[in-house]
Amino acid sequence: MSFITRGFSGRSRERDDRLPPGQTLVGDFPVLSAGPTPEVDTAEWEFTIRTESGAQHSWSWDQLTALPIEDVTTDIHCVTHWSKLGTGWRGVALDTLFEDVDTDYAYTMAHSYGGYTTNVPLEDLLDGKAWIAIEFDGEPLDPEHGGPARLLVPHLYFWKSAKWVRGLEMMEDDEPGFWEQNGYHLRGDPWKEERYW
Amino acid sequence: MTDSTGAAGSSAAVIGPSSTVPRAGWHVATVSSTRRETPSAARIELDVDGWPGNAAGQHLDIRLTAEDGYTASRSYSIASSGDGTRVVLAIDRLPDGEVSPFLVDVVQSGDRLEVHGPLGAFFVWRPRTERDAARPVQLIAGGSGVVPLYAMAQAHADADDPTPFRLLYAVRTPDDVYFADELAAIAAAPAPLRLDFVYSRRTPPGTATPPGRITRERLADATIPAGDRPIVYVCGSTGFVELVASWLIDLGHDPRDIRTERFGGT
Repeated sequence: MSFITRGFSGRSRERDDRLPPGQTLVGDFPVLSAGPTPEVDTAEWEFTIRTESGAQHSWSWDQLTALPIEDVTTDIHCVTHWSKLGTGWRGVALDTLFEDVDTDYAYTMAHSYGGYTTNVPLEDLLDGKAWIAIEFDGEPLDPEHGGPARLLVPHLYFWKSAKWVRGLEMMEDDEPGFWEQNGYHLRGDPWKEERYW
Repeated sequence: MTDSTGAAGSSAAVIGPSSTVPRAGWHVATVSSTRRETPSAARIELDVDGWPGNAAGQHLDIRLTAEDGYTASRSYSIASSGDGTRVVLAIDRLPDGEVSPFLVDVVQSGDRLEVHGPLGAFFVWRPRTERDAARPVQLIAGGSGVVPLYAMAQAHADADDPTPFRLLYAVRTPDDVYFADELAAIAAAPAPLRLDFVYSRRTPPGTATPPGRITRERLADATIPAGDRPIVYVCGSTGFVELVASWLIDLGHDPRDIRTERFGGT
């Protein structure tokens, strides 16, 4: 039903083909949060994957950062229409963390310090598609941007990249997390503009 | 870009979009009026074909399309709430913006805009129902962040809701106040609302307190104490929200009782 808006010419004509539909390039790093920024001490930080059998695979901060750390350069896309290209991260691949995890479930719920949750299919986390990120732009991750560690799932809208992540819970079915219960799409593929239900 | 996510919520009632919240969809909006709100902002009233109504605090997306098919989309908070197809926006012109200068300076009555919404089911307030506990509500606005909070205060007044409300509005000068007349009317209405301003650059004539940025002390003085367990809504720039939310926690508020909405990008 799209129609031309009277008098609108727009500014940037050079459409970057790395930009999904409805997105605009931005240089800075806006923050979308539903509540205050939690302060999480790495001395108490822990990341846990919990499966249907009740098995728990946990890493302390020192254990996580002793794992192979990968450099990731990627574009990120926020549901609020902003994209940032070529961002630099360092983190541990979810493939590494799932090496010894035995599960038949196909979905996960990411849990964060502060109570936030978001659902992500397991296949969106494996095969080099997702990390537990601990650095952004060469620096430890700011609390405001999800530090000390956040999920990084850059091929989905960035609310899926749960800030202050503390664990993944395996789920049999794809159930909505916090943002999804509040109107955001269950999967959130920016190339399909899966913003809202 | 990007960032998302947040906390909170674990104590809040979860509202599924499929249940009580009207489903978001694309609609054609016709501009019924536009007027200057502040030196840098415009108030735009829309009549949105098929709009399902919206709760106070929700937002919508506007998509503009140029003649060659180029599009630009942005999200804006809604200043109105309730049933019906009338939707009010108040939009600040960002100096380097692509969309906001067009909406503030070019759009006129009769223009048609594509909108998508209503959006967001967390940063909302609804008039009290029998089931709700009577917890007070503290609204804290920085600059144009007042828009969704004004919608809540207006909904509260319109419903003659007995919930104690307080709005703290941090703004540069009296000329920069959005919905100044409406806020004065709300403050005088029977529904309990207390209104406080913190002016950072210039105060109204006759004000004893000199202008100055908000501090933790001024925040403590002009908000409902943590001991009264208010639900707190904070909206403004990222810097404002980060500062205010951290002070609120210092002052003893439970992080789960603080709901935030932040602006980012241009």
